[in-house]
Amino acid sequence: MVAPVEPKPGGTLRNAFGGVLGFFILLLIGVLAFSIRLFSVIKYESVIHEFDPYFNYRVTQFLTKNGIYEFWNWFDDRTWYPLGRVIGGTVYPGLTLTAGTMILNSLNIPLSVETVCVFTAPVFSAFAAWATYFLTKEVKGIGSGLTAATLLALVPSYISRSVAGSYDNEAVAIFALIFTFFLYIKTLNTGSLFYATLNALSYFYMVCSWGGYTFIINLIPMHALLCIVTGRYSSRLYIAYAPLVVLGTLLAALVPVVGFNAVMTSEHFASFLVFIIIHVVAFVYFIKGILSPKMFKVAITLVLTVGIAVCIAVIAILVALVASSPTKGWSGRSLSLLDPTYASKYIPIIASVSEHQPPTWPSYFMDINILAFLVPAGIIACFLPLSDASSFVVLYLVTSVYFSGVMVRLMLVLAPAACILSGIALSEAFDVLTRSVKLQVVKLLEGPLSNAGETKDENSTAHNDVLKADKQVATNNKTEDVKERPSKKNRKKDKENTEKAPVKYHKEKRLLVLPLEASAIAIILLVVLGSLYVIHCVWAAAEAYSAPSIVLTSRSHDGLHVFDDFREAYAWLRHNTEVDDKVASWWDYGYQTTAMANRTVIVDNNTWNNTHIATVGTAMSSPEKAAWEIFNSLDVKYVLVVFGGLVGYPSDDINKFLWMVRIGGGVFPHIKEPDYLRDGQYRIDAQATPTMLNCLMYKLSYYRFVETDGKGFDRVRRTEIGKKHFKLSHFEEVFTTHHWMVRIYKLKPPKNRMKGKAKKAKHTSKPLSGARRDGSTKRNPWQ
Amino acid sequence: MAKSTSSDVLTLIRSLRSAYAATPTNLKIIDLYVVFAIATAVIQVVYMGIVGSFPFNSFLSGVLSCVGTAVLAVCLRIQVNKENKEFKDLPPERAFADFVLCNLVLHLVIMNFLG
Repeated sequence: MVAPVEPKPGGTLRNAFGGVLGFFILLLIGVLAFSIRLFSVIKYESVIHEFDPYFNYRVTQFLTKNGIYEFWNWFDDRTWYPLGRVIGGTVYPGLTLTAGTMILNSLNIPLSVETVCVFTAPVFSAFAAWATYFLTKEVKGIGSGLTAATLLALVPSYISRSVAGSYDNEAVAIFALIFTFFLYIKTLNTGSLFYATLNALSYFYMVCSWGGYTFIINLIPMHALLCIVTGRYSSRLYIAYAPLVVLGTLLAALVPVVGFNAVMTSEHFASFLVFIIIHVVAFVYFIKGILSPKMFKVAITLVLTVGIAVCIAVIAILVALVASSPTKGWSGRSLSLLDPTYASKYIPIIASVSEHQPPTWPSYFMDINILAFLVPAGIIACFLPLSDASSFVVLYLVTSVYFSGVMVRLMLVLAPAACILSGIALSEAFDVLTRSVKLQVVKLLEGPLSNAGETKDENSTAHNDVLKADKQVATNNKTEDVKERPSKKNRKKDKENTEKAPVKYHKEKRLLVLPLEASAIAIILLVVLGSLYVIHCVWAAAEAYSAPSIVLTSRSHDGLHVFDDFREAYAWLRHNTEVDDKVASWWDYGYQTTAMANRTVIVDNNTWNNTHIATVGTAMSSPEKAAWEIFNSLDVKYVLVVFGGLVGYPSDDINKFLWMVRIGGGVFPHIKEPDYLRDGQYRIDAQATPTMLNCLMYKLSYYRFVETDGKGFDRVRRTEIGKKHFKLSHFEEVFTTHHWMVRIYKLKPPKNRMKGKAKKAKHTSKPLSGARRDGSTKRNPWQ
Repeated sequence: MAKSTSSDVLTLIRSLRSAYAATPTNLKIIDLYVVFAIATAVIQVVYMGIVGSFPFNSFLSGVLSCVGTAVLAVCLRIQVNKENKEFKDLPPERAFADFVLCNLVLHLVIMNFLG
C-alpha cells in the first residue's frame, strides 16, 4: 500500500494485498451470511421450521437410513392414504442429497440429521453470497462484487427463506441459481468449453433442487435471443449457449421428477427454439465470414425465400405440438405466472397458498428495503458500458421483477438480482464520489509540481490499461480491479482512501469531478443509507423471519409466553394412538403429522391430488354425520383441527375454512360457498348462516369453547361465536392442547341400531385421554 | 428470372467451394465429423418416425448424443480456428482438453440415460 513511485512493483504489491484483503472480506461476508441466520436458533431452539421442511427432514432421514437406491424407489404409504405417494419420483432430490451426503462426508464428526438439516440453509446462503460475488465480479469488477455479496448476505427476502431450520428447497436453490448464472456469464466472457461444462453441471444441480429451474432455462435463451437481436452475437455466445441446452436437457431428464418433461413441456421449448435460431445465426455468420460481401447478398436473398417457407413449416409443427398437449403443455403454476389471474380462476388449491398471492407494496420495502431505490441506478450503471454480461443482469432483474409481482414467493428470485444491481450502483457511486474527493484532496495537499512526475508514469500505465480494456470486452481486467477496490475499502474503512489518487489521475481528468463538499456529504449519506439497510436487515432477521411457526411466542406485560401446542399435539398422537391410525387434517398439517407424529395422513402439503384434498375439504364443510361418513370411508381414526380463537393465533383452520369450502366445492358441487357467507361476509357470530354453524369445522373448533370464558369470545375474529352450546354425536374430543391450539377428535364407532346398546358401546369405547375433560356435555341445553 | 437465379446459385456454389477450399485440413476434418454426427441424428429421427419412439429415453439419448457431439465439435472448431480473433490466446491443446472433458460428461450422462 505504499505510494507507487515505481509503478510495476507497487502495482503487484497492491494487487496481492488487495487479493488478500478481498479474500478476507469474502470470508467475513460468508460468516456474516451464516451468523445472521442463527437468530432463530438463539431465540428459539435448533428446530426445523414450518411445513415443507418437515417433509424434507423426513426424506433426509429416510435417505441416510436406507441409502440412495431405496430412496429412488421409495413408495410412501404413510401419506395420501389410501393412495400413497411415490416419493423418489416426485421430489426434487437436490436438497436432501446435499444434506445426506454432508453426513456421509463428516463420518468422523458425528452430527445428527436434524443438526445438518437445520444448518444447511445458512451454510448455503454463505455460498450464495460468494456466488453473487463471482457473478457481479464478472459483470462489473471486484468492488461491485463485494458490495453485492454483502447486500445478498443480508437481504431480508432471502433471509426469510434461509434462516437456520428453514430446511427447504429454496435454501440450496438460490445458490445454485446464482452459481449457474455466474458460470453462464463466465462462459460468455471467456468462451471456454470447460466453464460451459461446469455450467451444465451447475444447472443440473439446480434442476435437482427446485422447480424454479425453469426460470434459468427460459432466462438464458431470452438473453441469447436478446444478444442475437441486438447484433451482439459472438462465437462465445454460441459456446455458452449451445452446449448448455444439449447437456442441460439431458441432465435435467436424468432427474426423475423432471424426466421427459425436459423435452415435452412448453416451459422448455423456448430453449430449443433459441437453440435452432442460434444455429441458423451461427451458420449465417460463418457463411458471411468466408464469402465476399456481394456473394453474401446473393446468398441471403436465396436463403431468405427458402428459409422463410421452412420456418413457417417448423413453427406450424411446433404450434400443433404445443396445442395437442393438454393445458397447452404448461403446468398450472407456470400458467399462473404468465396470467396472474389464472390460479384464482381455475385452481383454488394454488391460489389458496398465501405465498402464491401477489405481493403488496410494503412487502417490497420489507423484503428488499433500500435495494428497491438503488436498483434503477444499478441499471443505469449497467448501461455504461453495456456488455453481454451487464445486459444479462438487467434482463434477469426485469424478468424477476415481473415474477415477483405475480407471486410473493418469487420475491426470492428478485432478491439476488436486486442485490447485484444495487451492489453495482453503490460501488459505482462510491467510486465516483471518493475519486472526486481524492482528486480534490490531492490538489489541496500537493502542489501541481510535485505531482507532475508521478502522473506521467501513471498516465502511461493507466493508458495502457485503458487500451487493454478496450480490447477485451470483459470488464474484469486490471483497470477495473484498481478502479473498484478503493471504493470497497472506503465502504469498509473510510480512512484509507487517499493513497490511490494518482493512479486514476488520467481518467479523472476526463470525468466529471464533483465538488469536495458535495461528494463528502454524498458519501456520508450513502454510508447512512447502508447502515439503515443493515439495521433493517438485522431487525428483519431477528424479529420478523426467525419464528419457526411450530413454536410461537408472544410478549405481553407479564413476560414472554411460549406456545408449544403443535409439538404437544403431535407428541400426543405419537404416544397415544396406534401406529397405523389415520389422521385427517387440512393439508397444511400433513407433512408435520407424518414427520413428527409418524401417523398416516390423508392429504399433505404436496398437493398432487386435488380430488383427495377436495374430499377432506368437503368433509370439513359438511354437517357432522356426512363428514363422519366421508372420514369413515377413508379409514380415518382421528381428526385434527387447529384453532386459534383462544390465544389469538390468526392462521388457524377457521380462517382457512373458506378455502376448504372452495376447493371442496370445486369437485363436489353440493358444497356451495354462498351457503357459508352471510351477505358475502364470512362470519362465525350469531349472524352466521346455519350451514356454517353446523359444519364440522365450526363444531370441532368451537366445541366446549364457551367453557373457557363463559361467553365464547373468539380472539382472532374478535367476536362472540354464534352457537355456543352443542354436543358432538359422531366425534369425541380426545385431546386438546394447553392453549387449545390443536384439538384432536376421534371418530366414534358406528352406532348399533338399538339406542341403549349404542350408549353402552360408546362408554366402553371411550379411550383414556390426556385431555381435560369433564362432564360438561351434560350442561348443554342444545340438541 | 429463373435463369438469373439459377446462374446466381451456380456462382454462389462455386464461390462457396473456392472459399471453403482455403480452410485448413484440421478444420475440414472437424467439419466432416460434424456433418457425420448430424447425419446420424437425422437417420435416428427418420427411424423414429418410421418405427416409433417407444423407448423414448433411448431415442432421446441417441439423438442428443449426436447433436451434442456436433455442437461440441462446432465449439472446438470455433476455438481452434486461427482466423477467429476472439480466441487468439487460447492454445488449441487447451481447447481440445475442454472438448474431451465436455464429451466425457456428455457421454457419461448419455450412458446413464440410455436405460
